[in-house]
Formats: sequence, structure tokens, C-alpha cells
Amino acid sequence: MAHTRDEIFGQVRDVLVDALGVDDDEVTQDATLMADLGAESIDFLDIVFRLEKAFETKIPREELFPAENLINEAEYINNGKLTEKGLNELKARMPHTDFAEFEKDTDINKLADLFTVNAIVNYLDTKLNAA
Amino acid sequence: MRWIWIDKFIEFNSCRNAVAVKNVTLAEEHLHDHFPGFPVMPETLMIEAMAQTAGILVGEAKKFQEKVILAKVKKAVFHDYVTPGDTLRLDATIETIAAEAASTSGTITCGDKLVAQIDLMFSHIDKNLAGKEFPQDNFVFTDTFKSLIQPMVARHAETGSEAQR
Repeated sequence: MAHTRDEIFGQVRDVLVDALGVDDDEVTQDATLMADLGAESIDFLDIVFRLEKAFETKIPREELFPAENLINEAEYINNGKLTEKGLNELKARMPHTDFAEFEKDTDINKLADLFTVNAIVNYLDTKLNAA
Repeated sequence: MRWIWIDKFIEFNSCRNAVAVKNVTLAEEHLHDHFPGFPVMPETLMIEAMAQTAGILVGEAKKFQEKVILAKVKKAVFHDYVTPGDTLRLDATIETIAAEAASTSGTITCGDKLVAQIDLMFSHIDKNLAGKEFPQDNFVFTDTFKSLIQPMVARHAETGSEAQR
């Protein structure tokens, strides 16, 4: 069944409202999950579980939120920043994400800003409407 | 030492759902202070009772190999007071269980009355927190905790339904 982007966004917004206890007008496309919507690490799993139910599909956590696995690998991190190799790897694993801002300063503390509402919608759009 | 806040299980379907019972008594000292002359069970302790019911259900699903920690109260809505002499029925259901975590839903009832709806998330901590190390032994599920479901396991074995699990 095809889902329009608006439908996907609507369902993602409902999931985030329930999972994070935010108002629906706070869930904009550009909002970041952690800084803007107050998500903590366990919330990411909650969000994955809820998205799986809402969209009746299996969502591997490392597919939607792969950064956690990546920063545990030494060759990808140097001096608190993502190495070029790390950045390329992350880009490959997160094709649904806009890296324009992060590329200017690859401080791993800013990784959280990559997780936006839009990234989730992009991910689901690709996943649900592929093939 | 971990405290036990439910009295017994009356249903236990591995990986699916469980029902536990908690009897509330004025012998519980905190009820003398909460509140003087008007003893009601603190709502936080209703969450604890559900966390134990659902937590054991989640732990048993992975054969008590994971350290299961309450990670998030997704929902806690309370509809009525619970007072000494009440018998609470705690119904917990696993909604999702994955390698790293589990999500449960639950209700607390007293007779026909809905007392609370409590949905929780549990973390399997060895699989989370970016590789932090925890002690080898499972400090969550002590023998005392596991003993709570022994009568259920024994009954399953007697009726032969254990084989179907």
C-alpha cells in the first residue's frame, strides 16, 4: 500500500506526540528529536517500537538510528570528531538524513542533531514506497 | 536485597501475558503516613507493582538471561483510590520484545473497577548504554524473584501445557 509523504508525516507526528509527550505543533519537519523534542536514549527504542506498530513493518534500530553502533568503533572517531571514514560510513548508513550542517563540524556531540523528524519521514518514505 | 511488591501470579503465559495479585493491607507502614486518617496506596507503588509483574514476564521471556531494568513509564493513568483491604489484579501484556528492550501494556483492577492503566518500557541493559559493562551475575532476578513464578511453572508442568511453551 502506498503512503503519501503527508500521511507518513501525520503518523510519525502522532507517534512522537505519544512517545515524547510533546504537542503536535512542536513536531515540525525540522525538529530534532533530542534538542527540540526532548528525546532520551530509551525513547529511540520506544519510537522504533511504535513506528513498527503504526506502519506494520519491521524497523531494525540500527537502520533508523545507526550512529550509536558507529561511535563505538575506534577508526571512525578521532579527538571527539567523526573521521572522514566515519562520516562516509555514517552517510552510507543514513541515506535518509541531511548532513549539510553536520559536515561543517563533525563533533560527535552534534550527532544528535542529525535525528530530525524529517529523517524519520524520509526513511519511512523510502522503506514503505520502495519497489 | 530486592523487595517484592506483588503477592503471587495467577496466570503466566510465557512471552505473552501474566496476571499477578497484590493484597493491600494497613500493616504496610507507609499507609499510616499516606495519609493520616485517609490511607490510600501511593500511585508510584502501583507502578512498582506493575513493573514487577511485567518485568518478571519480560525477564522470563529471555529465560532470565537479561538484566531487565524499568526504563520508561510510557503511560500511567489512575482512575480510583486503592485502600487497605483491596485486592489488586495486575494484568500485564508484552507488546513488543526485541534484543535490547521490551514494551508492555497493563491494567490494574479491583473487582470490576478499573484502577489504573500502566504501560512500561524495559531495557536489557547489557545490550544498551553503549557497551558499558555491568556485573556478570544477574542482580535483577534474584532467586526470591524467580520463586514467584515457580508455582505457575509447576502447574504448567503438571497439566502438560509446559510442553507447548
